[in-house]
Amino acid sequence: MALAPSERNANSPYPEDSAQNCPRTLSLLSPEGVRVVTGEDAARVADIDDTALAALYSKMVVQRRIDAEGTALQRQGQLALWAPSKGQEAAQIGAAEAFRESDFIFPTYRDHGVIHSRGVAASEVMRQWRGASHGGWDPHEKNLAPVQIIIGAQTLHAVGYAMGAAFDGNGGAAVAFLGDGATSQGDVNEAMIFAASFKAPVLFFLENNQFAISEPVTLQSRTPLVDRPRGFGIRAVRVDGNDVLAVLSATRDALARIDAGEGPQFIEAVTYRRGAHTTADDPSRYRDTELESYWEKLDPIDRVEACLRSRGVDVEAVLATAGAEADEVAAELRAAVVSMTEDDPELLFAHVYSEPHPRIEEQRAEYLAYLAETGGDAA
Amino acid sequence: MSTTKLTFAKAINAALDTALEQDPRVLIMGEDIGKLGGVFRVTDGLQAKHGARRVVDTPLAESGIVGTAVGLTYRGFRPIVEIQFDGFVYPAFDQIVAQVAKLTMRTDGRHRMPVVIRIPFGGNIGSPEHHSESPEAYFVHTAGLRVVAPGNPQDAHDMLLQAIASEDPVVYFEPKRRYYESAEVDLDALASAPSMDQAVVRRSGDDVTLVAYGPLVKTALEAAELAAEDGTSVEVVDLRSLSPMDYETLTASVRHTGRLVVAHEASRTVGLGAEISAVVTERCFEYLEHAPVRVTGFDIPYPPAHLEEHHVPDRDRILDGIDHALGRFDGIGLAAPAGASVEGGAL
Repeated sequence: MALAPSERNANSPYPEDSAQNCPRTLSLLSPEGVRVVTGEDAARVADIDDTALAALYSKMVVQRRIDAEGTALQRQGQLALWAPSKGQEAAQIGAAEAFRESDFIFPTYRDHGVIHSRGVAASEVMRQWRGASHGGWDPHEKNLAPVQIIIGAQTLHAVGYAMGAAFDGNGGAAVAFLGDGATSQGDVNEAMIFAASFKAPVLFFLENNQFAISEPVTLQSRTPLVDRPRGFGIRAVRVDGNDVLAVLSATRDALARIDAGEGPQFIEAVTYRRGAHTTADDPSRYRDTELESYWEKLDPIDRVEACLRSRGVDVEAVLATAGAEADEVAAELRAAVVSMTEDDPELLFAHVYSEPHPRIEEQRAEYLAYLAETGGDAA
Repeated sequence: MSTTKLTFAKAINAALDTALEQDPRVLIMGEDIGKLGGVFRVTDGLQAKHGARRVVDTPLAESGIVGTAVGLTYRGFRPIVEIQFDGFVYPAFDQIVAQVAKLTMRTDGRHRMPVVIRIPFGGNIGSPEHHSESPEAYFVHTAGLRVVAPGNPQDAHDMLLQAIASEDPVVYFEPKRRYYESAEVDLDALASAPSMDQAVVRRSGDDVTLVAYGPLVKTALEAAELAAEDGTSVEVVDLRSLSPMDYETLTASVRHTGRLVVAHEASRTVGLGAEISAVVTERCFEYLEHAPVRVTGFDIPYPPAHLEEHHVPDRDRILDGIDHALGRFDGIGLAAPAGASVEGGAL
């Protein structure tokens, strides 16, 4: 089982890490808000001055607000479900900050910060959670696949995209988001094999948030997850996933290596899911308060605030701006959700196939005729 | 019109070659399809001609093959994947039924899935376990997929090109025991070929409709020939498209003959015979002169090679099924011979 927080390696939030068992974890912003400014990892984010850091801070605040709004909307019966991302803001915002428009992203259902960063409209994001669609946005317009619910399946899609980039030689990269639970899936292991064999320009971005619903990461792996990709011939680094600068630095480095033709890259961002798995989950059944408070102190947003404050930035002004933006995004989300009326039964049949299909057309006609006969009340 | 004598395998090879030639977005991927030309040599020579980036040998991971094909569609490719044997497709089942089949609906039609999944299927080749299965019903049951099974080299060629041109995912079942049988094939007849969605009446008849697909089409035609010698006129319908099924051709034939026999190698329970019998019963009830008869593999795992001749329907079992459909066993107290289901008896 995981070590008690007091027994853990202070440099690693990874539960199994003792002083004897701890791969290097890149850290550029300590939980107390102290920023590392020397070394090549720090140099990669040297352009992030106080203003840019404040902007990252705002993005994280907005993500947390989107998350809180999602949970609230679900509690109010407006959404079918919500998958909270609280605690994972630095991992998602830090990674997304490094992405280029041309990078094709394959997200999971918890990557709200990544999805928001691609400019997806609230009305599109929420369709899935509302139960109006299984997707929401145009993947080709945003270079963003629909969120994947089958754990790990999207990693193969990302690798396939990247194989295509390697085959057609027209540049571009893919990013596969995955969680710690996903690393146990065959698809993820197959994805790493294909990525390595075809030297595919793909970044595996693992958000190790410590839990797969109720199962601790130690059930998925007895060794640090960052050690696995090396066995496939993939360079892997571990970063403090609650450190937005470390995540940004590592992601920039990984994408630069991909662009330089070094092939697939892997980042393990060690973070913590501070909320429930979904709004249907009850973490109090499987996590104790000691663990919760241990991670609360490592919160990704608080440390940026501490850093900005220590540097004399007018944090109240930053907070006010971020808060106003968060309010606006939250209001947009809410308005989009409550105005969603996509319950036209035609939609059942509209996109099962791209080309005409006699059986679907027949069943559509049959059901619409039934609705017409019954005055539509049967639905 | 000029024809060439081609084996089933060569007809598929010719279609793949044409597709690779005509469309730079097409690529084929699978295990051993490159230098070796596939374990059945269906892709023989294609890598040498089109290169290793378009005829791609993959690691031995079926989910990986199909899953990366999904990703390739996001990049604009039109992948054709080869699953080496029917019994090897199950590791890819999730990617096929939960991803390939559903992504068009998941994206509200904004992303299309022009993927062809080629699967050699069926038995009677004397192979070990997992090499002789007929898993088509799993895929026919899955909304979002199209499923076809050609029964002769001409169809193998034309239907594969139609499948590759489709914007929808197509599972393309190849009757592996027919791979090396030859027929005259017109490689330029695509424009006048029937749509892959359509069934085709291979032999007209008046007394009973016999429906088959893939490897059993030839067996069905042979059975019909033998039946004709006994004075029974059998209409043979080559189903070709397993999903969607061509109800119009099926029902038109049964309305004419009043009797239905369906033959397939796959197990009986919830096999295609069940669906065809249901459809025909629903739509041709008043025309039926006898309950539909299914001649199928048994509800058992595919047996060891030395027993497979008992499992796979042959001409005699099909003829027996025809006799049942004609009521020749009705009311005389005979137990139903193996392989011919007569649930429901005479109407």
